[in-house]
Amino acid sequence: MNVVEIKNLTVEYSGVRALDNISFSINQNDFLGIIGPNGAGKSTLFACMLGIITEFKGEIYFFGENVRKSKKYLRDVGYVPQKPVFEKNFPATVKEVVRMGLKKGSEKKIDEALQQVWIHELSHRRIGELSVGQQQRVFIAKALVGDPKVLILDEPVTGIDKQSTEIFYSILHDLNQKHNITIIWSSHDLDAVNKLANKVACLNKTLFFHGVSQEFFSNEELIKQYSESSMQQHMHHHAQT
Amino acid sequence: MTLEILSYGFMQRAIVSGIAIALLCSVVGLFLVLRRYSLFGDAIAHSSFGGIAAGLLIGIYPLWTAYIVSLASALIITRIKQKFEISGDAAVAVLLSSGIAFGLILISLSGGFTIDIFSFLFGNILLVSVEDTVLILALTGSILIVILLLYRQLIYSTFNEEQAKVSGIPVEKLNYLIVFIAGITVVTAIQLVGILLISALFVIPNVTAIMYGRSFKQTAILSMAFAVSSIVAGILISYVFDITPSGTIVLLAIGIMAVTMSLKSLGLIDHSQIRQSIRPHQR
Repeated sequence: MNVVEIKNLTVEYSGVRALDNISFSINQNDFLGIIGPNGAGKSTLFACMLGIITEFKGEIYFFGENVRKSKKYLRDVGYVPQKPVFEKNFPATVKEVVRMGLKKGSEKKIDEALQQVWIHELSHRRIGELSVGQQQRVFIAKALVGDPKVLILDEPVTGIDKQSTEIFYSILHDLNQKHNITIIWSSHDLDAVNKLANKVACLNKTLFFHGVSQEFFSNEELIKQYSESSMQQHMHHHAQT
Repeated sequence: MTLEILSYGFMQRAIVSGIAIALLCSVVGLFLVLRRYSLFGDAIAHSSFGGIAAGLLIGIYPLWTAYIVSLASALIITRIKQKFEISGDAAVAVLLSSGIAFGLILISLSGGFTIDIFSFLFGNILLVSVEDTVLILALTGSILIVILLLYRQLIYSTFNEEQAKVSGIPVEKLNYLIVFIAGITVVTAIQLVGILLISALFVIPNVTAIMYGRSFKQTAILSMAFAVSSIVAGILISYVFDITPSGTIVLLAIGIMAVTMSLKSLGLIDHSQIRQSIRPHQR
């Protein structure tokens, strides 16, 4: 069953094309790794999927529902941003952050979610006192409290040390395998994508490849082409910035 | 001496109104401070100056016109800020100066500054009437109930607007609500400290409480405690020494903040100790 279907998605910012005619679908229980250089359009793709960007050409369907017409699908989607953005001195405990926006009576679920990401013992600490890796686990817990069918993570391990990254990956693996949550995850880490994801989408403004992970990683020609195209995009991106 | 002071009707009204305004300003101010909107209260207060001048000119009770002008300008400036992507501090500057400009023109039309204008500029809680006290209590009760009902959504949209939006929280509507509530709160509190010192009530108790509080709840409770103690002590001290209540209240709040900063710089404020002393059963 298709959880997400993207048809001919094109996004432009002030005349510059960020995504060019992207089409692919994501199945239930997929662990999709989206790879691509900086400026490839990964965050733009997520912003369209989450309804943050609404001006795009083409169509996106979540659980068969057009994202332009309704926002109900967001109830079943958890989102973990690239970097936790909040006021450093924000006076809120870990538990309060997970509780934000929820209805009353969710305490048991909050405790379970914190346990699921192995952070329960920090639940009474102020959020700003935690490391970036721990904060990202808090945001996964926050996403899990809503019982999501899909979890979207935008380069979630940027700036996180190796040990925390390993813990993070093992949590994602458990969520996908034991809790049947569809994972859509963008990353620069090809080794991790190779290890964890069953599907891969290579993005570089256009969709370079979408399919089974093994197919991509066992094809040296494909990887070579992807690396060359990424390098060109990387240089172009730096020339622009 | 204290008991004798408390037997006066004007003092009872001042203290009851003062406590209500303290609770209101500290709670609303916490959301404004955390949204980096600390001077928004000041800007609304300055725009209310135009409303007060209009009321005095046309012979309507000035606080009513102040409510109308402040709310209208706060909502308009929020709309302009969103539509034209103007930064928060620039929006505050526009609101602040346009209110004063509007007020000055109306005052010059009505023949210059009068004693009424000065009482709104500097405030005097000791002059609050029974009707004003009832209005202050009713508004405080209503606003605190609304905040309590939307507590979790308001915190989330304050913490991270984008994530709250993705979670289906109506962030833009909540932004308007906060601005609307701030507008009502500012005009209600003008009677206490006046237009010129209003933002002190929104900002100072909260900046102090954030240095102590571990959780949002604790910070809000501490902020309310600091605001209430500054206001009640300020009213009593100002009466005893025959000095202005508004200045005394603000200086007391600054005094608490200065002591807190000193304790913090000496390393004497530890979040875990605060937590233990406030909610020992949760350890």
